[in-house]
Amino acid sequence: MIATVQHWIKSFTLFELLKGMSVTGRRLFSRKVTIQYPEEKTPISPRFRGHHALRRYPNGEERCIACKLCEAVCPALAITIELAERDDGTRRTTRYDIDMFKCIYCGFCEEACPVDAIVESRHFEYHFEERGENIMTKEKLLAFGDKHEAMIARDKAADAPYK
Amino acid sequence: MGIEQIIFYLFAGILLAAAVSVVTVRNPVYAALFLILAFFSSSAIWIMLEAEFLGVTLILVYVGAVMVLFLFVIMMLDINIDIMREGFIRYLPVGLVVAVIVAAEMIYVLSSESLNRAMPVAKAADYSNTKELGRILYTDYVYPFEIAAVILVVAIIAAIVLTHRKRAPNVKSQNPSRQVRVKRGDRIKLVKMDAEKQPEAGTEGGK
Amino acid sequence: MDNLISIWNLVPEALQTLIVILLKIVAIVLPLILAVAYTTYAERKIIGYMQVRLGPNRVGPKGWLQPIADTVKLMFKEVILPSEANRFVFYFAPIMALTPALVAWAVIPFSSGMWLADINVGLLFILAITSLDVFGIILAGWASNSKYAILSAMRAGAQVVSYEIAMGFALVGVLMAAGSLNLREIVEAQSGGITQWFIWPLFGLMLVYFISGVAETNRAPFDVAEGESEIVAGFHVEYSGMAFALFFLGEYANMLLISAVAAILFLGGWLSPFESIDALTELPYIGLLFGNGIHWFFIKVAFFIFLYLWFRATFPRYRYDQIMRLGWKILIPVTLVYIFAEGVAIYLGWKPWLS
Repeated sequence: MIATVQHWIKSFTLFELLKGMSVTGRRLFSRKVTIQYPEEKTPISPRFRGHHALRRYPNGEERCIACKLCEAVCPALAITIELAERDDGTRRTTRYDIDMFKCIYCGFCEEACPVDAIVESRHFEYHFEERGENIMTKEKLLAFGDKHEAMIARDKAADAPYK
Repeated sequence: MGIEQIIFYLFAGILLAAAVSVVTVRNPVYAALFLILAFFSSSAIWIMLEAEFLGVTLILVYVGAVMVLFLFVIMMLDINIDIMREGFIRYLPVGLVVAVIVAAEMIYVLSSESLNRAMPVAKAADYSNTKELGRILYTDYVYPFEIAAVILVVAIIAAIVLTHRKRAPNVKSQNPSRQVRVKRGDRIKLVKMDAEKQPEAGTEGGK
Repeated sequence: MDNLISIWNLVPEALQTLIVILLKIVAIVLPLILAVAYTTYAERKIIGYMQVRLGPNRVGPKGWLQPIADTVKLMFKEVILPSEANRFVFYFAPIMALTPALVAWAVIPFSSGMWLADINVGLLFILAITSLDVFGIILAGWASNSKYAILSAMRAGAQVVSYEIAMGFALVGVLMAAGSLNLREIVEAQSGGITQWFIWPLFGLMLVYFISGVAETNRAPFDVAEGESEIVAGFHVEYSGMAFALFFLGEYANMLLISAVAAILFLGGWLSPFESIDALTELPYIGLLFGNGIHWFFIKVAFFIFLYLWFRATFPRYRYDQIMRLGWKILIPVTLVYIFAEGVAIYLGWKPWLS
């Protein structure tokens, strides 16, 4: 009986509705959390998995030995590798393609790599303007690695204690 | 010809054309739309006759409510026009007889003495026929008015009784009144207990 | 100037009235459409703020040009006719949705002397015209030849017809208090400062009116007809470009209309709350602000529009059967009891409102 009266009073004074409106009403004046993206950016973790890169040793020799572990582990089948023996008898890739449309940025290739050749950098703002540009060739990946080596090395060093 | 007459003939023409279209167009939705147009035109004519309350009520009741439900029904049903047209020739004689009788009656009524009276004088601008209608309805015609209201209520209740079927006993349905009355306490019970099992807590510990 | 007047006098009288009426219509419809455009901006901004975001702020300073950009985009988009759709009704439906929303503004008094038509049955006219809004939705739903659209049309039809009854009863309460169906007289009956407004004796009816108004315009939380998450966009799912823009325009013009009528009926339209305080109204210069005027009307309309947006930011959508229950089992009985009580109060002469 009392519960019924309470319920009636509560519904006809619109108690719950006003309570809800007070919540949104208060938020109207609270500080906004929007990040103005191109001008402001959120901090990015050194573990961020963005654009891929192929790294080199400090002496300029490319790290990748064409072991195909990354190709095998890739869940999206985005990596294609062909290899040949080089004149000095070492095993190197002749083709290392990543289809950026297939890639799901899981980072497995990076984890699988025994020589830390393929890495995912914190760089994520890139785009393609023509068909075919989505295939990242060995040359492009190496060039990207050369260009951002300092950044990649810093990120890997930052993450090293946790590996 | 004054401007009022021009407007009158305009609306009357639209009204007649729309009314004819209601029965001649093939698509039932078009027929309903033409009926709406006919209601609008007749409402305009009523307003020209200074019966603004009736004119606006016609739109409110017939166009705003009845025609919505009409369209509702027409759209829900998949009406096959061809089957409906099949009996056209067969029923034509009956239809013609009815039409002739209606026409004869209308001609008789319109030409009779009772309609042949002088034009009523226009009322002053502050005359409210809404008020007059209300006064008449609730004084001179109060019994017919109330009886009409009762008949309508009976019709509504009858329609509900005829169409309201008991649900099969095993069909589950929601009851919004009960749903909104549910409180937090009816659905969940908070139990106070330790987050981890105490080493020597005895019986009332974590487990 | 004299030349202009002499040319004006040469125009026949019938044409003169026609031109004046047309000019008045333009003077109402153009600001209305602008108001609609900026209501959409206000909506996105206010709901954004309530959700602790910023809302549109890129187009023009603080995003002020956003509605313009939206309009231009919609104008240049293609209007696509779905296959098997009924061509005539498909193009006719958006017009049916917008027209009533604009027609009803004919009888709205903006300030003393500022109206297009001052008719005896203004309140009834508004009720009748707003009841036509649903045709646009129903016809669009049927003509689109889409399952989502027809579902939405059915929902909208049943919902609008149901809430019209509660709304009509709420208006009956107002006309009992004012003793007139004429909107100007209803406002004049509330003159004498904030205490004289009908919101005090008819507070319950105002709630019922506004709730039914929200339901009539198919706005959140009664937006089952659009229900993005269940039936995509409902009746306008197949519309694009300008045809879609007309629906949008109609919906917001209707919101503005419901708000304007609420302001007129319950908050005294253009009347100032400080009307009876002579000390304020007789101040030099700013006294004009405290006196009656169109600015008070706009402030009141803006208040109701803000409520619309606040509701949308706050409440989750009603389930369909809950909508029907609220309309038939709660709002209608409440209005009936309220009207009966109001009749008793009028009979007893409850000062200062009902006498």
